[in-house]
Amino acid sequence: MIPADSHTKSQPLSSTEMPPSIAVPTPLIQINKLSLHYGDRPAFRDVTLSIGTGGITALVGPSGCGKTSLLTALNRLTDLIPGCRVAGEIRMGNMDVLAPQTNVIHLRRLVGMIFQKPNPFPLSIRRNLEFPLREHGSRDREQIARTIETVLQDVGLWDEVKDRLDSPALALSGGQQQRLCIARALALSPAVLLMDEPCSALDPLSSGVVEDLILQLRGRYTVVIVTHNLAQARRIADEAAFFWVHDGAGRLIEAGTAQQFFEAPRDSLTAAYISGMRG
Amino acid sequence: MAETLNPRQDLREWLAFVLVWGAAAVVTAVFCWLLGDIVWNGLSRLSWTFLTAPPESAGRRGGIGPILVSTFLILGVCLSVSLPIGVGTAVLLAEFTSDQSLFGRMTRRSLDVLAGVPSIVFGLFGNAFFCKTLGLGFSILSGGLTLACMVLPILIRSTEEGFRAVPANYRLSAAALGLSRSTTLIHLLLPAAVPGLLVGLVLGIGRAIAETAALIFTSGYVDRMPESLLDSGRALSIHIFDLSMNVSGGDANAYASALVLVIMLLLINGTAAWLADRGLHRRIVTV
Repeated sequence: MIPADSHTKSQPLSSTEMPPSIAVPTPLIQINKLSLHYGDRPAFRDVTLSIGTGGITALVGPSGCGKTSLLTALNRLTDLIPGCRVAGEIRMGNMDVLAPQTNVIHLRRLVGMIFQKPNPFPLSIRRNLEFPLREHGSRDREQIARTIETVLQDVGLWDEVKDRLDSPALALSGGQQQRLCIARALALSPAVLLMDEPCSALDPLSSGVVEDLILQLRGRYTVVIVTHNLAQARRIADEAAFFWVHDGAGRLIEAGTAQQFFEAPRDSLTAAYISGMRG
Repeated sequence: MAETLNPRQDLREWLAFVLVWGAAAVVTAVFCWLLGDIVWNGLSRLSWTFLTAPPESAGRRGGIGPILVSTFLILGVCLSVSLPIGVGTAVLLAEFTSDQSLFGRMTRRSLDVLAGVPSIVFGLFGNAFFCKTLGLGFSILSGGLTLACMVLPILIRSTEEGFRAVPANYRLSAAALGLSRSTTLIHLLLPAAVPGLLVGLVLGIGRAIAETAALIFTSGYVDRMPESLLDSGRALSIHIFDLSMNVSGGDANAYASALVLVIMLLLINGTAAWLADRGLHRRIVTV
């Protein structure tokens, strides 16, 4: 048995202590002492984490430890939640994400998000992709058509839907809908993709297809993925960060390269969690 | 284990059966009797001439042409005022105020109270405000505006429900794609809220078109063909009331007018249902 307070001995890693990562050389997102509250209830406290360019970073931990809240702070969807307060600092490249003067529309174009449940709009497949593009100022029909084809090929959906682009997106299967949502995010050429348990609402086959797709995105996009599936995190992640609830709020316990994280975790709580003894 | 019900349970089942079906049968019977009576007594009078000719001898003879025109004008004024205000308020309540905010709660409470205010009160208010204070007199305009006040609470509340019924993930996914709030509202939320809007519209029109008390005090009961919105005009429901209560020998035309009113209501209901159905399909395929 591991004592409940064992994790308090090790502090979350700051970026300077972070061991050099092989796949992800430069940090794109730097999170500093970030805390988030819903009204008086804290979701997580004092999270300091750096996320490298072009890698896949998996956020793991039990439910309610603030992983999804952290994702929504990164593209400021937290602005939409009444009573939600975010304190601390998030830097993305040289953008100060939380600064009031930051253009959130620009930010959200730069940071795409995939939700747990596929959520295409109740429009046709084509309109789902075309609508955000047009809203962001694309007017050239041919250019839009080319982008649609490219992103649908990127997510492996082109051959399945090219003959029925005008049929309703909601008629697609769950896995196809999720891939369409990924294509919709890719169409805006983001730098970062936030994924909130993108496979958890899918059947095992579709889940596998989406997981392969995420692997193909490695290197081209910086992916931050929340997952409850440790095996999946082990398969796809370059870096991993482990969260745990402590004193009623989520805390970052340990972060590092996936290899070190899964094979030689420094914190005993991490070790217990990944070996299935806790959580 | 007993597979069958014991006698007490059996009796209770039987009672519940009788009560449920009995209630349904009574409601249906009343409706059929009412409709049957109107059709039986009104159908023989119904003709193209009846619909277009002016009333003669206080409505005992002739048709309801000018009355239909007045009715449609009043309804037109009512809708052209209440629709934009109603949808605007619903958007404000559903999208820009939280459930718990004082403003939201106060507005909703006031609307719910207004929806239950008797129409005669609206009539007296309309008479005092539109006819006298604003100097519009007994006119189609006064009547339409008074009806708009009456219809607004119903329209706002059901449109607001329509907006609230739109899944929250539409808003989140639209925001995550960097779509502005107005774009999200116009292109995603409004089409999705149309069914709620149509329900409100049908209920509102239903209330407006059958309204009598509020109109007696505001649009008046002159049965001539109106020449402008500032003329007094007699609505169909007032015509029916007048023929059946004040004009001896007016029953036959009262029946025929009531039949026209019922047919209009059924047509409006049918059209709205068809539009909602079509609107839903359109929204999914193209928008």
